[in-house]
Amino acid sequence: MSGGIDPVALTIFLFFFGLVTVLGFLASRWRKAASLDNLDEWGLGGRSFGTFVAWFLIGGDIYTAYTFIAVPATLYAGSVTGFFAVPYTIVLYPIIFMFLPRLWSVSHRRRYVTPADFVQGRFDSKALATAVAFTGILATLPYIALQLVGIQAVLDVLGLGGGPDAGWFRKDLPLFVAFAVLAAYTYSSGLRAPALIAFVKDTLIYVVIIAAVVYLPTQLGGWDGIFDKAQASFDLFNRDNADAIAAGDASAKGLFPTTGAAQWAYASLSLGSALALFMYPHSVTAVLSTKNRNIIRRNAALLPAYSFLLGLLALLGLAAIAAGVKVDNAQLAIPQLFEQEFSPWFAGLAFAAIAIGAFVPAAIMSIAAANLWTRNIYKAFLRPQASEADEARQSKLASLLVKFGALVFVLALPKEFSINLQLLGGIWILQTLPAIVIGLYTRWLHRHALLAGWAVGMVWGTYAAYSTPVVGKPGTHFGGSVAPLEVLGVRLSDNLVYFGLTALVLNLVVSVALTFVLRALKVSAGVDDTRPADYLVDAGDPHVEDDLDAIQTPPAT
Amino acid sequence: MDERTAGRPAPAPGSPPGPARLVAAGVALVVAVVVPLLVWTYARRGPELAGIPFFFWYQFLLVVVCVVLTTIAYRLVISHERDRRRAEGRDVA
Repeated sequence: MSGGIDPVALTIFLFFFGLVTVLGFLASRWRKAASLDNLDEWGLGGRSFGTFVAWFLIGGDIYTAYTFIAVPATLYAGSVTGFFAVPYTIVLYPIIFMFLPRLWSVSHRRRYVTPADFVQGRFDSKALATAVAFTGILATLPYIALQLVGIQAVLDVLGLGGGPDAGWFRKDLPLFVAFAVLAAYTYSSGLRAPALIAFVKDTLIYVVIIAAVVYLPTQLGGWDGIFDKAQASFDLFNRDNADAIAAGDASAKGLFPTTGAAQWAYASLSLGSALALFMYPHSVTAVLSTKNRNIIRRNAALLPAYSFLLGLLALLGLAAIAAGVKVDNAQLAIPQLFEQEFSPWFAGLAFAAIAIGAFVPAAIMSIAAANLWTRNIYKAFLRPQASEADEARQSKLASLLVKFGALVFVLALPKEFSINLQLLGGIWILQTLPAIVIGLYTRWLHRHALLAGWAVGMVWGTYAAYSTPVVGKPGTHFGGSVAPLEVLGVRLSDNLVYFGLTALVLNLVVSVALTFVLRALKVSAGVDDTRPADYLVDAGDPHVEDDLDAIQTPPAT
Repeated sequence: MDERTAGRPAPAPGSPPGPARLVAAGVALVVAVVVPLLVWTYARRGPELAGIPFFFWYQFLLVVVCVVLTTIAYRLVISHERDRRRAEGRDVA
């Protein structure tokens, strides 16, 4: 931002970057298995992670670099719903507690590696499983791309972006190098790499944020000073733009949602995002990598430590206002705050934390997307006779492709595009909830009805997001993820509701209605490959082997 | 929470535990999900705590409360599962 490269900050940054690179490659020797040439080993870390490792891995997975940049950025920008990330990550864990142990059990018993494997086994529908796999891959790609946006923000502030006049090659080279390194060690170490790097990442993040939260208020007149300055800044904006706000051409700024409509947005975003998060293939990958079903439950009680941290971090967005940080791109507010308020070595530490914070989820996400590709598209359609080693090879290649796809995505398309697609990703992934979550409890919903409900939810959610203009710019698209509740043009309520949730309700209505029809017509519901007891088994139970053979899996066809 | 009602293998020695603990765990979890979503109950400025508006510090408090609720649910479910395994004559981990 300020042009020059600070040598101290850069040295610290490069030191940690080097450290995680070494760790990433060494990870393949950690808890070494006989061979990494099968999906369980490469893609699920041998399904052997205990509470401690899982805590770091799942934490590293959920709280991404983009979260660390974007959540404070929304508070900095005066969005009244910006803090929703905190209740979102509060309600997430009880939900995980309820549903995911069942998924762990059935996956372990039937050797499912992906959520689409489960849907295939449960509903005996290749079309539905493909829909789930396709949705997972589609929703994960922009998520990976956003991690790159997070790294880019840090590189920019570090001065590695080459400034606004730099050519694309100079500008993008550092990002390219960082990602090539990430791709290389994910390729060689699989899920073990992000699990090991997550230790470094989370330690750094905790140190940085706790130090910042303790130190910054002493510099900025205490928390009351920070909140008063932020409030004053928002009040000034609202006064200066009173006409535009009244005309609906600008959004009023504030600290928290005061109107009922905004409170609905806050609550529905929290719930919708929480429901979406654990449908993402990378959450499922992290959960299935644990060694018994209670590790998930225990972690549901331990992971909220991160929510606390995220809340503190979010408040730094307000501290940036109080510190007088002025940036046009709110995403740069936090990196800028660190550069401005802290000594270079601490800023370097913070930047390293954010960048490494991008590597962990990016690696897990690319592995998850690659598993989906291999199991549910490659093996299901292209090469049903693929051997275990073939699967692992495919997944490794696919993880490279996915990452470079995301890189091209970020470099070639405007940044807004990734953010819009990420918004859509949440809406899309929610549409797989009926098949997966309800499927964990009952097979009552008919497979064809689920597919129809999925399609309706996907189309409606995409359309709703597409047709929401940016405030003050009619005719634009993807202006937000909430809107007044409307069904077929009839406004039911002025309260703002997250599209993902409305699309999900629509999805469920269609699924239930069609199930009645299909059942009345006695259309075959297929054969259930699972048994009720499968949903309750734990490690050590009969037929639940710790070291299972992927070839014996009911083939994903 | 239909953990208990799902089918079990052949009849087993001992009597299986009742659903009381699972129901209690379910209630604790539902409370932990619903309370943070009642935004209107906490979207206000006061009373402040060390300069932090109620809206913010209350949600930090909720994080702690929900950890307690989830921990209670965890203990209930674990003890239920242990008894169920014992009733089924399986090894108790």
